[in-house]
Amino acid sequence: MTPDPTICARFEVIWPGFTLKVDLELPGRGVSALFGHSGSGKTTLLRCLAGLEPQVKGFLSFKGEVWQDQQRNIFLPTHRRPIGYVFQEASLFPHLSVQKNLDYGRKRVNSGHKVSLDHAVELLGIGHLLDRMPDRLSGGERQRVAMARALATSPELLLMDEPLAALDLKRKNEILPYLERLRDQLDIPVIYVSHLPDEVARLADHLVLLSEGRVTAAGGLRETLARLDLPTAFTEDAGVVIEAVVANHDEAYHLTQLDFPGGSVIVARRPEPIGRRLRFRVHARDVSLSLNRAEGVSILNLLPATVTDIANADTPAHVLVRLDAGGTPIIARITRRSLDHLGVVPGKPLWAQIKAVALLG
Amino acid sequence: MLGEFHPALGNADWAAVWLTFRLASVVTAILMVVGTSIAWWLARTHSRLKGPVGAVVALPLVLPPTVLGFYLLILLGPRGPVGQLTQSLGWGVLPFTFTGLVVASVFYSLPFVVQPLQQAFEGIGPRPLEVAATLRASPWDAFFTVVLPLAKPGFITAAILGFAHTVGEFGVVLMIGGNIPEKTRVVSVAIYDHVEALEYAEAHWLAGGLLLFSFLVLLALYTQKRPRFDRDP
Repeated sequence: MTPDPTICARFEVIWPGFTLKVDLELPGRGVSALFGHSGSGKTTLLRCLAGLEPQVKGFLSFKGEVWQDQQRNIFLPTHRRPIGYVFQEASLFPHLSVQKNLDYGRKRVNSGHKVSLDHAVELLGIGHLLDRMPDRLSGGERQRVAMARALATSPELLLMDEPLAALDLKRKNEILPYLERLRDQLDIPVIYVSHLPDEVARLADHLVLLSEGRVTAAGGLRETLARLDLPTAFTEDAGVVIEAVVANHDEAYHLTQLDFPGGSVIVARRPEPIGRRLRFRVHARDVSLSLNRAEGVSILNLLPATVTDIANADTPAHVLVRLDAGGTPIIARITRRSLDHLGVVPGKPLWAQIKAVALLG
Repeated sequence: MLGEFHPALGNADWAAVWLTFRLASVVTAILMVVGTSIAWWLARTHSRLKGPVGAVVALPLVLPPTVLGFYLLILLGPRGPVGQLTQSLGWGVLPFTFTGLVVASVFYSLPFVVQPLQQAFEGIGPRPLEVAATLRASPWDAFFTVVLPLAKPGFITAAILGFAHTVGEFGVVLMIGGNIPEKTRVVSVAIYDHVEALEYAEAHWLAGGLLLFSFLVLLALYTQKRPRFDRDP
């Protein structure tokens, strides 16, 4: 019998002015994003997973191992859980050098070191900082050290609470590639809290949407984003994430063609070599529909697609139309007037005109 | 009016200085343990007892020392509940002994140790402890490897204030310790004796010594390097 590969979490928090009630199953691999607005309970949920809210009642098992079970009076304290935790602020120990910060957790772990310290240091590019004190580091460097410090304990589960939120855009972009390397090179499940759709779309494989302390949707990233029944707070930013491969470069026009199941799009020249996988996001508001393949328009990206369903959008004037483009779901946000005018109904073949794609990474 | 000026102190005076030093050292050592526990509890608890306990700890700041000394005398005396306990345990009665002085001074100097420590602990906040826990440190481990180093300035302040305040007490000592040479006669009481006996020269030496000591202690406190709790930008 193979051990249960999942993380099961049931928590009920009732605090003055705040409640959280979740019953979740998360995959034991890849990056799961907890996404929601502030106050949605995503950080509290992450803290519950880490055991940092010991008074919270519930149940938690990690790959078949019970970490918390209120009914059986089981509670594994935080320092006994094989986790790594990256806080929103780097929270390095100010009295210890970078090296000693890294050693702090590492020397308290006896069992085999799956992640070598050298590997963690190399992965996050902090080799030149080891002798510095935390107050001599930039915000981005601190956060990278905090991630390496968590990794150096060889965690079986990595919990990250908006590790980029305290950083400006430049530093954010400086860290994102390290996070992607971490995801691609280490076989450690990550639970990642964020309120930024682009960050989630870029990093996550699995998505949990939280709203007012409840899970409103959960599932694979692409399937979940392509759902139309998401809460209205989310539909203003509705869109799908498509994973594509760099197919070829058009040097004359400085363009790059990206192929995905069901079609391809052309974007401004990318530095990535042919064959590299790339994710991009198509916002529903950037997709318009036409009955025929449009001629004489400047838009390059036209995809044949079939309407699958239609739902209300964030305003009464708009609707969300989900289309199937050869197996890849796309969402378009159009006016109700256009819906009637074009006679859009499920099953109707159409052309989707994509005005813009947002490349992630 | 300054009286005759003797360049040196008598044996009895040196005995008082030594006794004072011993008393302050023992009291400070005890307070660093007791005060740390109370300060830690006060800094971290959400209990409704936090207010009352904090107020009781702070009482010696405002009470006349004679009031504290009076109640301790009654409590520890032969007919007091604590006095009867110490007698039944074969320890005798504590008033007018060095041990009695230590007990009284621990109460009297408690706020001077608890308050700086409590402030230091509150300044650190819960986050470093949470970080330590996620890095596999047990609560005790985290206390010694994270809280102690981060609260070091608070501990130094607490120790200095506890020591200096014990050296400087008078009323409580007089009430509970009396004035027994080499047993309970500390410097402040010795000064009082000298002045009563119009021995101003000895009084000058002792008073000047205490003045200098207090000034140096406060100088050390006020020039102490401030801790830098670096926050992320």
